Amino acid sequence: MGASEARPLLEPLIYDLGAPGRIGVNLPEPDVPETQMPAELLRDDLALPEVGEVQVLRHFVKLSQLNYSIDQGLYPLGSCTMKYNPKVNEDAARLAGFAQLHPLTDESGAQGALYLMRELQQWLGEISGFEAVSLAPAAGAQGEFAGILMIRQYHIDRGEGQRDIILVPNSAHGTNPATVTMAGMSVRELPANDQGNVDMEALHAACEGELRDRIAGMMITVPSTLGLFESTILDVISTVHEAGGLMYMDGANMNALMAVVKPGELGFDVMHYNLHKTFSTPHGGGGPGSGAVGVNEKLRAYLPGPIVDVIEEEDEDGAPLYGFVMPEKSIGRMKAFHGNFGMHLRAYAYIRVYGDSGIRDVTRYAVLNANYLRAKLMRTYTVPYPRYCGHEFVLEGHVDNVDEVHALDISKRLMDYGFHPPTNYFPLIVPEALLIEPTETEVKEDLDAFVEAMEAIAEEARRDPDTLLNAPHTAPVRRLDEVRAVKELVLCCAPALPAGAG
Amino acid sequence: MSYIPHTPAETEVMLAEIGVRSIDELFEAAPATHRFPTLDLPPPMSEMEVAAEMLAISEANDHGQDYAIFRGAGAYHHFIPSVVNHILLRGEFYTAYTPYQPEVSQGTLQATYEYQSMMCALTGMDAANASHYDGATSLAEAITVALEVTRNKRKKVILSHAIHPQYREVARTYHQGRDIRIIGDRGRGEVVDLMEMIDSNTAMIAVQYPNFFGQIDELSALAEAARSNGALLVVVANPMALSILKSPGELGADIVVGEGQPMGVPLGFGGPYLGYFAIRQKHVRKIAGRIIGETQDADGRRAFVMTLRPREQDIKRERATSNICTNQGLMALSASIYMALMGKNGLRRVGELNYHKAHYAAQAINSLDGYSVDMSKPFFNEFVVACPRPVPEINEALLTEGMIGGYDLGQHYFHAQDHMLVCVTEVNGKDEIDRLVEVLGGLS
Amino acid sequence: MGEWKAPAELKYAESDEWLAVAGDIVTIGITDFAQDQLNDIVYVEFKDPGDAVEAGGSFGEVESVKAASELYSAVAGEVIEVNSALEDEPEVVNADPYGAGWMVKIRASSLAGIEGLMDSAAYDAYCDSR
Repeated sequence: MGASEARPLLEPLIYDLGAPGRIGVNLPEPDVPETQMPAELLRDDLALPEVGEVQVLRHFVKLSQLNYSIDQGLYPLGSCTMKYNPKVNEDAARLAGFAQLHPLTDESGAQGALYLMRELQQWLGEISGFEAVSLAPAAGAQGEFAGILMIRQYHIDRGEGQRDIILVPNSAHGTNPATVTMAGMSVRELPANDQGNVDMEALHAACEGELRDRIAGMMITVPSTLGLFESTILDVISTVHEAGGLMYMDGANMNALMAVVKPGELGFDVMHYNLHKTFSTPHGGGGPGSGAVGVNEKLRAYLPGPIVDVIEEEDEDGAPLYGFVMPEKSIGRMKAFHGNFGMHLRAYAYIRVYGDSGIRDVTRYAVLNANYLRAKLMRTYTVPYPRYCGHEFVLEGHVDNVDEVHALDISKRLMDYGFHPPTNYFPLIVPEALLIEPTETEVKEDLDAFVEAMEAIAEEARRDPDTLLNAPHTAPVRRLDEVRAVKELVLCCAPALPAGAG
Repeated sequence: MSYIPHTPAETEVMLAEIGVRSIDELFEAAPATHRFPTLDLPPPMSEMEVAAEMLAISEANDHGQDYAIFRGAGAYHHFIPSVVNHILLRGEFYTAYTPYQPEVSQGTLQATYEYQSMMCALTGMDAANASHYDGATSLAEAITVALEVTRNKRKKVILSHAIHPQYREVARTYHQGRDIRIIGDRGRGEVVDLMEMIDSNTAMIAVQYPNFFGQIDELSALAEAARSNGALLVVVANPMALSILKSPGELGADIVVGEGQPMGVPLGFGGPYLGYFAIRQKHVRKIAGRIIGETQDADGRRAFVMTLRPREQDIKRERATSNICTNQGLMALSASIYMALMGKNGLRRVGELNYHKAHYAAQAINSLDGYSVDMSKPFFNEFVVACPRPVPEINEALLTEGMIGGYDLGQHYFHAQDHMLVCVTEVNGKDEIDRLVEVLGGLS
Repeated sequence: MGEWKAPAELKYAESDEWLAVAGDIVTIGITDFAQDQLNDIVYVEFKDPGDAVEAGGSFGEVESVKAASELYSAVAGEVIEVNSALEDEPEVVNADPYGAGWMVKIRASSLAGIEGLMDSAAYDAYCDSR
């Protein structure tokens, strides 16, 4: 390994392909009389490529071949839940009745879509123990934003607008503190104890000290971003509630909780779901996501809208009539229209396939797979926190007595073994963290192959660390010069048009 | 067990490796008082059954295969070349994650870089990000950028009344926790009125191009008024209209945002779409969301990587200006493929088809008794029709004739009772348009 | 000791800024240790001249490829000058943190914040301890 000849050829930029006058699609001739267009409004030129259909197709096929994906193999990216994305869901999403449905269709003409959304709202509420669910948020981060805005408004309406502090553990996803700032509130970070749980002493100090009247709530991930069930979670919830704050659960790790506990029953007031994690909607190379939010009775009236409700009850004439409603004190719209419906229908199909008993198994086997990998990898790597994990676990990405090898090097070397690396350097509180999440859809043989690769890499680290330091050797490119990317800042390759054009 | 591959024998081996007797033991840290609730969900379904159910649900909707659609208002029914969907269905693209590991994500990275480049060409801007959730959230994020560019010293944001009503609602949702004032959208929406509102406390002014009523406003004077007051001009533009119209960059915009759905993304009941976001180079570090840049690998080969990373929430945490993480990557890929296929010549031709068909329809409707079309300003593919009857009544009649009529403007604008916003695109054939005119004529 | 430079005539904050005091004018930059930790500095942004700064408050921000750090002023006062040359050449902070890499000058309304700062020996020890 190491020869760059083994690497695939890179693909030229789309702007470097084609020839003047070429076009990639057959378009119809106008079938109506043409109308004179006002020349002063028109652009002189449009700097788009000029490429034929076959060439465009091959360009993107070749680009696709430079990617790694779940469809190719294990993608154990912690906190991202890279599970199999069922193909039948993709077929469903492309049905004309969904794909060609205008979002502003009169409600009577969208009863199928509204029924589906209403069912999904109910199911998500049932899975997490919440009274009401809105599917409006477009992604997890937007669900968080909605949740914190609801908490803010709840306090304002009770005459407690001075409550502006949200407690956030230091192991939290970056979206949590960023969300708090976006909502115009303040973050107070809480340390973790040596068990990886919230430090209860620090929590009590925050909730019972001079800031007590400013505590608006707390955001916490369950199981924690370390993949651990917080054994003190009920104490955490009651401590914040006693201070007058509300509890937000980051639902990114819901794949470890289904039919294990219902967050609403634990006492959480609001949480978001990541449909693109737990409920198998594809990640799409960075999106789209979908970040439904569930709430209890306290926050029900504040949900972002619109949500689907029954407008006219079922009678002898037939089915009920579904429609969109804005909750009474809604914090408002998160995006235009009604959320990422294409993700709703995939999540619907996913839950429908598994049903009551199967959803329970999703979590059970996700946790089984994670603990199996953990048990096997503990022999070679340091695994902090000596207890069973949830659906993911963190190990320290270094090898004893080989100081120059870091988590990043192990990650890059995994690519040569045909695996996507785990999440690097998150959570921030574990040095050289590698966060590993196999998900339930991975078969034992592949888990074993991953363990063997990790063992082989540890052996290489001792024998020939340069192999790791220079990895990857077989990926389409070697490690990148990120400093150059920032300093040169080349963000666009469209040819600049002469002044006055374009 | 659906998509779970474990056999009972394998499960036993795995449990033994872990050192437990049952899977239940792995959950001992979950609070015992609440552990293992039952889920009241329907029973499992086979793939065959779920496919049939999804088809049945989908057919309970009035969709574009059964109806001619003359409704736009922020979501547009355009032709999507087959190549787009075939590429989107490649698992290498749609089952990949965010390209945090660039060595094995060059496909996503390069395609996104090309998307950014083509959006720059369309908008006349220098840089674009990898997308926001939709056009409305792009506008909301543009407000944050404008506040940052003016260093949070200015407290006034002007949004034209002729921006999509839902976009303005989203802007207010996003900024409800901030000490700023959002004004301008209760007036007439005329550019001259907006110009008078700009002062030294104004961070930005936003207009839509073409505006929500389909009309093309003259923006150069507004750009000058913004510039002379140190405020930013944000233009919310329909990218399809930019196929033929002067770019907002040429007209003096500082930020151009909008809904990318017309570029290869199906109607899909409102999402997932993509919010594009393009900006002048000098403000590029203020953008939220992912940005792809060109660089080299250790062998000096050209490669692409997510850049300007410290702006983002995972690094900057509570000091980040936005919490955005997930974007609309796959939809940006759709737009990228669409723009590559259409290219310089095709996109212009599609734009022209939209223009000609919409004008053909507008002229015919305008000549009907009882109807009048507002022709006071130029328009692209949408126009406002004053109707002789309430819009819902007209739409009900159109529906029975296999047509989804225009959008009822009276829902949002009290002075627009009985006004319908009609959209005509390249997919509407002459026969459909003639039929629309005929049915409308019968309702005068 | 002494892996990173820390000139004796300056004062040092725990947040790794140095301060040079001349009457009520305080010049601030980041230390050799800080620039080394950040690695390639690619961007700086400061408050504007005329802006007020609180004691312990932020006067700007510095970014490397993978990190962003807030810059803090130990003294309260008004920003009177910023080193705008750094906007185009932020790498000067890496090359010459105590000279051409200075960042802002503040006219202090109170020098009370200076008392809590470290001298170079204490700062050396502080760097070594991390």
